[in-house]
Amino acid sequence: MRFQIPSALSRAVSALRLSERVGDLPNLDSPRTRALEPRSRRGKAVTSICQYCAVGCSTLAFVSPEGKLLDVEGNPESPINAGKLCPKGSAIFGATVNPRRWTTVKYRAPYATQWEEKPLDWALDRIAERFKATRDKTFRRTMPDGKRVNHTLGMGSLGGATFGVEENYLLQKLMKASGVISVENQARI
Amino acid sequence: MPGLGTSFGRGGATTYLEDLVNADCILIEGSNFAEAHPVGFRFVMDAKARGAKIIHVDPRFTRTSAMADVYAPIRSGSDIVFLGALINWIISNERYFDEYVRAYTNVSYIVNENFVDTEDLDGLFSGFNDGPDPSVHAFDGDSQGKMGADKHLRVAGTYDPASWAFETEDVPRYDGKGTVKVPKRDETLRHERCVMQILRKHYARYTPEMVEATCGMPPEKFFAIANLLADNSGRERTTAFAYAVGWTQHTVGVQYIRAAAILQTLLGNMGRPGGGIMALRGHANIQGATDIPTLYDLLPGYLPMPSALRDEQTLADYLKTCSVATGWWANTPKYIISLLKAYYGDVATAENDYCYDYLPQIIGDHSALPMQISMKDGNVDGYFVIGQNPAASGLNSELARAAFDRLQWMVVIDSYDTETVAFWEREGADPTTIGTECFFLPAATVLEKEGTMVNTSRLLQWHDRALAPAGQSHSDLFYIYELGKRIRALYAGSTDAKDRPILDLTWDYESDGAHERALGEPSAIKVLHEINGYTVAPGRSRDDSPQIAAFDDLRDDGTTACGCWIYSGVAPSKTDNAARHRSGDDVASLGWGFAWPANRRMLYNRASADPAGNPWSERKRYIAWDASTRSWTGPDVPDFPLHKAPDEPAQPGAGGLDAHSGADPFIMMADGLAQLFVATSLKDGPLPTHYEPVESVVRNPMYGQQNNPALRQWDRDDNRYNGTDNPEFPYVLTTYRITEQSGIMTRYVPWLAELQPELFAEIDPELAVVCGIVNGGWLTIRTKTGELEARALVSGRMRPLTLGKGRRIHQIGVPYNFGHLGVATGDSVGGLIPLVMDPNVSIHEAKSMTCTVRAGRRVAFTQNQIDANVPTRQQTRHGESQAHGADAGRY
Repeated sequence: MRFQIPSALSRAVSALRLSERVGDLPNLDSPRTRALEPRSRRGKAVTSICQYCAVGCSTLAFVSPEGKLLDVEGNPESPINAGKLCPKGSAIFGATVNPRRWTTVKYRAPYATQWEEKPLDWALDRIAERFKATRDKTFRRTMPDGKRVNHTLGMGSLGGATFGVEENYLLQKLMKASGVISVENQARI
Repeated sequence: MPGLGTSFGRGGATTYLEDLVNADCILIEGSNFAEAHPVGFRFVMDAKARGAKIIHVDPRFTRTSAMADVYAPIRSGSDIVFLGALINWIISNERYFDEYVRAYTNVSYIVNENFVDTEDLDGLFSGFNDGPDPSVHAFDGDSQGKMGADKHLRVAGTYDPASWAFETEDVPRYDGKGTVKVPKRDETLRHERCVMQILRKHYARYTPEMVEATCGMPPEKFFAIANLLADNSGRERTTAFAYAVGWTQHTVGVQYIRAAAILQTLLGNMGRPGGGIMALRGHANIQGATDIPTLYDLLPGYLPMPSALRDEQTLADYLKTCSVATGWWANTPKYIISLLKAYYGDVATAENDYCYDYLPQIIGDHSALPMQISMKDGNVDGYFVIGQNPAASGLNSELARAAFDRLQWMVVIDSYDTETVAFWEREGADPTTIGTECFFLPAATVLEKEGTMVNTSRLLQWHDRALAPAGQSHSDLFYIYELGKRIRALYAGSTDAKDRPILDLTWDYESDGAHERALGEPSAIKVLHEINGYTVAPGRSRDDSPQIAAFDDLRDDGTTACGCWIYSGVAPSKTDNAARHRSGDDVASLGWGFAWPANRRMLYNRASADPAGNPWSERKRYIAWDASTRSWTGPDVPDFPLHKAPDEPAQPGAGGLDAHSGADPFIMMADGLAQLFVATSLKDGPLPTHYEPVESVVRNPMYGQQNNPALRQWDRDDNRYNGTDNPEFPYVLTTYRITEQSGIMTRYVPWLAELQPELFAEIDPELAVVCGIVNGGWLTIRTKTGELEARALVSGRMRPLTLGKGRRIHQIGVPYNFGHLGVATGDSVGGLIPLVMDPNVSIHEAKSMTCTVRAGRRVAFTQNQIDANVPTRQQTRHGESQAHGADAGRY
């Protein structure tokens, strides 16, 4: 049976703002509680966007003065999500600040049984060399019928739907200039 | 998205999420809107609160169904029968929006006399030729660069669309200089070969009875939906459609969308508030990755890739095949030349065809699945995988992983250890025999970088950088830019002609900001400036050049550069980034972000007014002609020449939009009209026709032709199909996404692992009894491609369906989000699904397969999996996945 609140109290409570009550009951807060504020309010709010589905919910990332992420919330200004986020979007913090995340450059040599860490510059130079070697070996200027094709089918790229417009632009620009045509992303598959 | 593109002109959702609140009825099919796009679903709920009727058609009863006024079950893979029956019912009962259809569609066109419908050829249209299309090579990613088709690729046949063409007649040219051919019409709509009569005949056997027998949908559900759609369409009311990959991932996926396009056109809902077709795209930038395509057959802005299969060796030849004389695509020369100027800068001149010959040419289907096969066969040396995980979220994942063994090198850019980059240490594989050199580059997350994403409403939204990238992480932009710089350095000084495109490429995106420089990051905004376009002068850099304000400013004389014409206007000056505009409102929010094209939120919105330019009704007023200012006005950017009067006559023989009248709303189309009948462009027929999925539990009840006649499949030992009505695989298998997981991006997140800790599979209670499966217990699903084990979720949300003659069909649903790495783990359902491709876009079939199921765990490798060296669940690399798996999943 529902607890009956005396009507005078009920009237008094309903005059309270939503933040001052839980349903029909006033918040039982102490002076200390009243002095508290969400930890996110200590940081600046940076407007970002959700990384998951294509609804495009705007987010606010609260960042401490030291540059640490405090929280990620829905942006109330957005006409799309009006401050709301789904469970995945609400957990962007956990996808960004996560001890399981790989944040170092790793390399696995042919036939090796484990990863090793390598300097970024070394890895980028090595990839560029492999890219050039494959391209030089597999580049095809013309087909047997004499048609110019200027391409290589010896390498390809997969990905694009989870990263940005500018990144897709540079990727396709570099690949097309190199003659790599098997450039694909989740939009098809 | 050629389903929408061939019907209306552009491959994107025709409306925007916020406009769904204006609908009087919303049909959701091929989408679990509430769970897969949860926040977008609030507009559906708002519409419902305003009185709109919500319809959900789906194999499963989901949260979307729970919110719907009408839920109708359907056998996965049978939607065209249902949609075709709606088309038939609407035409037979004359419930179409007559005035709209006559004015804005090709309903009155007459098809030529050689056309033969599927009714007369048992499921084939005229023009079908057995065997592979001689013009389409199979993928031959041969390292030595020699030709050679994949001998396993099976193409049943291809169409020559010549017999689908419209009859033409000669009319005087606008300038009096002779005549010009235009499609012949019959305004009475009675000619037996006019589009209306062809539709009538084609769909005559798509009846409520056939729907019941094929889809398992009760007739009362069909009639309830048909009446709701018709009652909520017309002058005063509008209906919106919403779909997602539940419609696209079929061997007839494009034709599903075409069927929706025909329905929405007949009902007169296109280009109107509360109407349209909402294509719900899956990933944060999947629309953007189509617009600026990391896709083999497109250049930015939906320009075709030059192809050696056509005669496109010179720019003039390319323009001959890719430019269209009438309609918006008459502007193609401006867009391709401006793109080449963006790529090659001052080197691109009129004298050298703007370096057109630098562009590579395609010679066949170079999409992801043929690439996977080619890789498995040892024809590919190197592979970049960026923010994608084909070993878990791809098809035939065993084949994918075994294919990586054959690479010489592989580069993965991601934020987490993925099943893809871990392929060499999978259970059963011996790393000491795998020679692939692997690189893992740690990726910044979205919070750690700035740039633009394009949402499902074609809306470009910029995000600022909130954090410095963790550890050694960098943005994908950094990696691509750096690799480009290093590759260019390696080629420096080369005199080989093949290296000119790399050396002549414009490649300068150094950041001007101190913070970005300190992080080592390039400038995303400079890339966006190039995408938007700028005016060029010899010797003047991009950064010193004025931006163009809109694509109307683009030229075909080499004086403009533009990386993606449809995005022009997003950065109209060096200091204005419209994707960063953040002023929303309760209507179209034109001040929030930037929607392509030209910040239009609703496409084809000229059709929200009648031919005379007046709103169809006050209730549905949107864009209308204002005679006093002689312009189109309304809350959105008109999708029409601003000052072109509704009574302006077409000028036959004139170029571009002058060939259209002031009452032709679909400006991208050559004739300015919505295409009920698509006479060219589609490879599997001008009208949607029901074919069964490549794996089906029934024979096609409609025709002798079982499958899409033009589909492409691989018959190989490592890619086997269950076939049709195979008693070994008696159940329908379908897949879906869950709210709390995405893929590798979420499976490491503890909060989400608590909500969805491991894989499950949903089955109906009747099937559970038959198979001895208990809720929360283990079950194992098997196909010829592989085996999968999961916790059983026995639920009335899965419902057995009764097809004709009392045949009982059971469907099993498996979420698509899992893999063996992470905190939340499980077998990948992709491991059950063989590779097969539709003929139009090379999309696979991941929504309707067959399988068998039994109680208990997967105890041993099947032979198929031994071949491919698949790990067992018990022996994953991370012990934690076991700990979670043991006690979780009690639903």
